[in-house]
Amino acid sequence: MSWPPAIAGLLVLALWQGAVWATGVPAYLVPGPIAIVKAFLAAPGFLLLSLASTLVVTFTALAVSTVLGVSLAIAITASRWARAAIEPWAVALQVTPIVAIAPLIIAWVGEPFAALVACATIVAFFPIFSSTAIGLASPPPELLDLFRLNGASRWATLRLLRLPAALPYFLAGLRISGGLALVGAVVAEFVAGAGGFASGLAYRILESGYRLQIPRMFAALVLLSLAGIAINAALAALGRLLLRHRGEA
Amino acid sequence: MTLLSIESVARRFPNGTEALRDASLSVAEGDFVALLGPSGCGKSTLLRLIAGLDAPDAGALHWQGGPPGPGEIGFVFQDATLLPWATAEENVWLPLRLRGIARAEAQPEIRAALARVGLQGFEGARPRELSGGMRMRVSLARALVGRPRVLLMDEPFAALDEFTRHNLQDDLLALWRDTGSTIVFVTHSIYEAAFLARRIVVMTPRPGRIATEIASPLPPQPATRFTPEYGALVAEVTAVLRRSMS
Ligand SMILES: Nc1ncnc2c1ncn2[C@@H]1O[C@H](COP(=O)(O)OP(=O)(O)OP(=O)(O)O)[C@@H](O)[C@H]1O
Ligand SMILES: [Mg+2]
Repeated sequence: MSWPPAIAGLLVLALWQGAVWATGVPAYLVPGPIAIVKAFLAAPGFLLLSLASTLVVTFTALAVSTVLGVSLAIAITASRWARAAIEPWAVALQVTPIVAIAPLIIAWVGEPFAALVACATIVAFFPIFSSTAIGLASPPPELLDLFRLNGASRWATLRLLRLPAALPYFLAGLRISGGLALVGAVVAEFVAGAGGFASGLAYRILESGYRLQIPRMFAALVLLSLAGIAINAALAALGRLLLRHRGEA
Repeated sequence: MTLLSIESVARRFPNGTEALRDASLSVAEGDFVALLGPSGCGKSTLLRLIAGLDAPDAGALHWQGGPPGPGEIGFVFQDATLLPWATAEENVWLPLRLRGIARAEAQPEIRAALARVGLQGFEGARPRELSGGMRMRVSLARALVGRPRVLLMDEPFAALDEFTRHNLQDDLLALWRDTGSTIVFVTHSIYEAAFLARRIVVMTPRPGRIATEIASPLPPQPATRFTPEYGALVAEVTAVLRRSMS
């Protein structure tokens, strides 16, 4: 990480803590950074376990989104019929607010973990699907002609041309989906939290809110955004690693 | 011996553009033909018909010994169009790979093709590590590696600087002399056509037909560029081209 964001972040934290001290605002309204850290350190395992639970949902949803998104992108690239049949539904799913359908999904799916993964997948699926589809269609017509001239099968064209060409597009979509999967998991946990079977971070946030343990609520929030930043950075690093040899041809 | 004869082909695209009308041409085995004409006269369209990438609406193409099968056409485009993620060697392997030839088995041919275009030592380089001229050389090696019956080139050197273009023209001429390949070369440069080709085929503006053919009397070698005969041929082709435009 470079210095400017770290310095800016520390400055904001110092101002925040200073303002809390200066105004004497109670911690159940606005806790300062020190109170938040204390709340976390009081029971670190408790919050970390919840974080782990949320992350398992997030990564499972991301994996399902990848498999589903890439397969469906291949399907719509291969067949006009498949495109006509799939694309409108994918868009419909994408524009439906997840908070509106999460209760239905949780009720229908029944099994709690699967329900959370289903909700997070609905949110995370679209960027991977649409950017991979664009990538699969991205090879220049000259290269497609070259494959034709050499008698390439559709499968060979997919494997040697379309899939490698789609990789940077897929990775860009994956990075967006990484953040969305976390958001989707948290939203689903919020909805499910009322049903009382989830112990993810969102549930901790709700629970701390009810019990007026505001510092702990903030600690959970901070963990959540740190997790989001880490996922984003990890996926960006993965992209750089996989694309390190690429350039214009 | 005639390798290919094109008889009165026409091509009209679905949007109504008539690119070719009544175009006839024959290409002999080992010939070096330049297709010369103004932009939009149907040169690329004719080349795609020869390659079998497109079909004529009227007329026919007759190949000595039947139409070419997969891998029997070598095609070089205006841009190198390499696979950016693959090394020079992997790019040249591609036509053989698509015919199911394993890398180890293809290796000697790949090396030979890269050496023929002056790229020995660059087998492991990726496109972004190569200059524009070197990428075009890889593209040429890729077109040559399968020993195609005919090499089709669509303004392959148009995007290069003049110095690199001259080098590649010299090398292409040497390659043609050494291998005896049949080459159909599309260009809109009179200088390029006069320098490279044995036969300069001048096309009319759209819808393209063959206006005239000029046989080149010049020896196929770099020194030709600096002879008065080259200047005279350029002048002759220019005059013919001007007449075909009006
Ligand atoms: N697929 C297509 N659909 C419609 N029109 C086309 C298509 N391909 C080419 N044309 C038109 O046909 C005409 C001839 O095109 P072509 O590409 O063969 O010209 P060209 O001689 O190669 O020109 P240039 O020197 O600029 O490359 C042009 O007017 C072009 O716009
Ligand atoms: Mg053209």
